[in-house]
Amino acid sequence: MESIIEIKNVYYQYEKDYVLENISLSIPKGAFLAIVGPNGSGKSTLLKLILGLLKVQTGKIYLFGQEQGKFKDWQKIGYVSQKANSFNTGFPATVFEVVASGLTKKMGIFKVFKKEHSAQVVEAVEAVGMRDFIHRNIGELSGGQQQRVFIARALVSEPELLILDEPTVGVDVENVNNFYQMLAHLNKNKGITLLMVTHDIGTVSDKVSHVACLNKHLHFHGDTNQFEQMRMEEMSKVYGHDVHLLTHHHEHGGARQ
Amino acid sequence: MIQGIFQYEFLQNAFLTGIMIGFLAPLLGVFIVVRRLSLIADALSHVTLAGIAASLLMEKYFSAMTGINPLYLGMVFSVGGSLFIEKLRSVYSHYQELAIPIILSGGIGLGVIFISLANGFNTDLFSYLFGSVSAVSRTDLMVILAISIIVVAAVLLLYKELFLLSFDEEYAKASGIAAKSIHFVFIIMVALVIAASMRVVGILLVSSLMTLPVAASIRIAKGFKQTIFFSILFGEISVLGGLFAAYHLDLAPGGTIVILSIFILLMVIFYKKINVKIYKAGGV
Ligand SMILES: Nc1ncnc2c1ncn2[C@@H]1O[C@H](COP(=O)(O)OP(=O)(O)O)[C@@H](O)[C@H]1O
Ligand SMILES: [Mg+2]
Repeated sequence: MESIIEIKNVYYQYEKDYVLENISLSIPKGAFLAIVGPNGSGKSTLLKLILGLLKVQTGKIYLFGQEQGKFKDWQKIGYVSQKANSFNTGFPATVFEVVASGLTKKMGIFKVFKKEHSAQVVEAVEAVGMRDFIHRNIGELSGGQQQRVFIARALVSEPELLILDEPTVGVDVENVNNFYQMLAHLNKNKGITLLMVTHDIGTVSDKVSHVACLNKHLHFHGDTNQFEQMRMEEMSKVYGHDVHLLTHHHEHGGARQ
Repeated sequence: MIQGIFQYEFLQNAFLTGIMIGFLAPLLGVFIVVRRLSLIADALSHVTLAGIAASLLMEKYFSAMTGINPLYLGMVFSVGGSLFIEKLRSVYSHYQELAIPIILSGGIGLGVIFISLANGFNTDLFSYLFGSVSAVSRTDLMVILAISIIVVAAVLLLYKELFLLSFDEEYAKASGIAAKSIHFVFIIMVALVIAASMRVVGILLVSSLMTLPVAASIRIAKGFKQTIFFSILFGEISVLGGLFAAYHLDLAPGGTIVILSIFILLMVIFYKKINVKIYKAGGV
């Protein structure tokens, strides 16, 4: 099967210590992969490496079959960052404007916004159920609504791959389930490949197709059936204690904190 | 004043320059304020002053410099200062705001040295500090016109990139746009507009023209485009009203312009308060 992302023997260090060691991972087209792991285990670092926000030091990353350094089609990748809900909430921009900014790369430099782009923006806003809020300022929305807007911004350029870093932080518990349902829908009906870092493994385990556990090393990678079986032993290896705890909504472990 | 505009060239110069400055300063000011870089304008205006002082000093000692508009060297210093700020911002990646006081004090330091070397200047320097209705020359006007055309074209062509960069720098980088180059173009535009605004508003008050209209606009605008619109509207009212008052009352325009923009800001805050009260009283 075609790999959307191929990671080969990647190591990474910010300073002296390695944050990631010998990571290899292959994400097939159409997968919905969840990466779990304690705080400070290198999850965000791995995503940033994939996105080119950090430079690969050792090892190789291939995106859509192309070496990352030569990859140009960034509009094929949508990104929702961990920090999305700590942006400047006073920023004077409407939902429409924020989502429209997701088209920047696809439209190309020096190009101006036209009617057909408006239609795409409205469609993306509708897809995340935020049509009624389209002319509101982004700062006036709740955390969960803002997160939907950021998904819409990532979706508007019709990416083939969506990368999300702890997208449910700041979303209230009742809406978390809805949110994952929306992602599962995008995955199944639109065929978008999803790569998501999350702590809610209990909630998503029936929606994702693959799970990987990260704690400097990538400990496990397989489909969810295998995962269920190996969950106990693997997870306790990663987290250092029993796994049930994971289904609660707080964080445990914290290997590096 | 209206009559005077048809009669006196200096009034035409001041008036036309005012229109352009009232447009440019708040336009770039919006991007600066939302990125929380308001103080950059202060730092660069002081660096510009150092450049102008250097030019006036050289004029005093080298006859070859006479007749050269001090604004040119001011612009060179301003652009240089902006590049230096960028460099410092990457050195102190966790304390990015540190770059601003470093450059600001450096600018004042240099400026003071140049001024004392020249044993003080005449009223010329005064007009650079606080602005002047009568000091705007035809060459000033032409330089500012050229800057206006460049800046407006650049903002129109790079609008969506500038927006994305201001709203979410990390996302901008992840989406593969040339974030560094665009930021570079932006910061140079800021440096040029600050130098251009000097003549009318004066060094000490340039930054207020970039931030006060935006501060008022943010209170009432829906969305980013509207924020830009109201900022420019408030900027134009302040500059033209301020110039008018300065001419008739024989005051330095820098002061009248800034006081007018503070007045607008207070009005907007007041209006907003009243509006909220009415909204609540309506029981909605
Ligand atoms: N910019 C940085 N400079 C230095 N160390 C960093 C930086 N960002 C993250 N780290 C360190 O790298 C490790 C992994 O961080 P991160 O990838 O953010 O973990 P996670 O997303 O799993 O919580 C942590 O120990 C963190 O302290
Ligand atoms: Mg993280």
